[in-house]
Amino acid sequence: MQLQVDFVNKTFPSFEKGGQVTALGKVQFVANPGEFLCILGPSGCGKTTLLNIIAGLDSHFDGKVSLIGNNSEGCVPRIGYVFQNPRLLPWRTVEENLQLVLSPKQIHSGIIEELLVSTELEAFRKTYPPQLSIGMQRRVALVRAFSIQPDLLVMDEPFVSLDKPMADFLRGLLLDYWQDRKPIVLFVTHQLAEAFQLAGRLLVFSSRPGTLILDVPVSVPYGKRKYQNKYKEFVKQLSNEYPLLLDMI
Amino acid sequence: MLSGKSIRVSLLSFVSLLSLWQLGAFWADSRLFPPPLKVLEVLLESIDEGELQYHIGHTMFRVALSFALSMMMGIGIGIALGRSRPLDRFFDSWLTLFLNVPALVTIILCYVWLGLIEAAAVLAVAINKIPNVVVTIREGARALERDYLEMAQSFRLSRYTVLRHIVLPQLAPFLVATSRSGLALIWKIVLVVELLGRSNGVGFQLHLFFQLFDIASILAYTIAFVMLIQALEYGILQPLERRVNRWRR
Repeated sequence: MQLQVDFVNKTFPSFEKGGQVTALGKVQFVANPGEFLCILGPSGCGKTTLLNIIAGLDSHFDGKVSLIGNNSEGCVPRIGYVFQNPRLLPWRTVEENLQLVLSPKQIHSGIIEELLVSTELEAFRKTYPPQLSIGMQRRVALVRAFSIQPDLLVMDEPFVSLDKPMADFLRGLLLDYWQDRKPIVLFVTHQLAEAFQLAGRLLVFSSRPGTLILDVPVSVPYGKRKYQNKYKEFVKQLSNEYPLLLDMI
Repeated sequence: MLSGKSIRVSLLSFVSLLSLWQLGAFWADSRLFPPPLKVLEVLLESIDEGELQYHIGHTMFRVALSFALSMMMGIGIGIALGRSRPLDRFFDSWLTLFLNVPALVTIILCYVWLGLIEAAAVLAVAINKIPNVVVTIREGARALERDYLEMAQSFRLSRYTVLRHIVLPQLAPFLVATSRSGLALIWKIVLVVELLGRSNGVGFQLHLFFQLFDIASILAYTIAFVMLIQALEYGILQPLERRVNRWRR
């Protein structure tokens, strides 16, 4: 399966009568099967807008987004969205929140138990989300997106406002899941360090109106990315090639 | 729940109300102002003859039917108006009109147009209540959390799932509010409907007793009916309210 984003551009009506604000310039890229893309850009550059367009939540835009090819089961591609805020239904327990997005067949496959155990959430399956810490809510939201076994995983700064150990733990979970099942991942962040940890390819956006200014692969093997010197090397290389980049993000 | 003290206060208040009634009856010394014991006697007699159950049964049947009808219609229309700006703009003036038509007018028109039949009675009551339900539910539907609807959309949840598990739980407080006020309004209108065009039911009986100046029976029916409505309130509506709100911290 492949994701093609062709000259997507988005304008909002502005407050002045008849005025238009461009949120997103003409954005064009292709995500190949199993690719992990990090989208990096200053806040307000239209990253969330782009994700909503790709996930099909916003259909008022110019250009074209296509998911080409069927998934492994020959069905319509499934999209798992991890929003910036967890968006769990407070009136349903953790388990019920997960069951909501699954088919009866998936519920009986035991995937919920499996994922709750691997995220150390099994003790909280009967808990209502408002009683959980924000970190745990984010974990549940992650599990929810994993549980539908998405072909495209869309993530909008899912690990902000978490302490470092928790964020590292969840990034590890995400990488394991991705390496295991190889969905296409679009991961939005504004931290270069986080993008370096995760990305197979880096898409850098300019500030509003967001346009794609840089599209580079991250070739450092995942096993070596935890080393500080590798990160420094990477940053140095980037800033040599694109001197203005580091001021922007 | 109720503490010993609050029970004592309620009991005291009830006993003083009874004493006031007794005093008033004693002072008036008239067939038109019977004392509590006389009313109780009439009440038991009427239960013994099965007359009270017969008429209250008919009234409750009409209450239940028109309650169900007005809730279903009101919820449907309310959600539609709350979710669609054009529909809301178009039908807002209709709603204002129906909200302000006196109950008596709807009742008379229904009887004139449909005849003195059961359906006309139930419809007349429902038409009186539907606009109130619509207004309350519309408020709730306007305030639906967009985050959850987007979540549902991105996970491709079915329309039924969205309605049942995402929309209705958010409307629950509004549903409970409109049910409680609905019950209070509907039974009063049902009595008027019965008085004007039915040959059984509490309303019909009250009309009969009015013609006979049988105040003791009027009070007996009133007490029996109020107690029944209170039982519904405490037995069904309040537990329901606690149930739908149990996830709130």
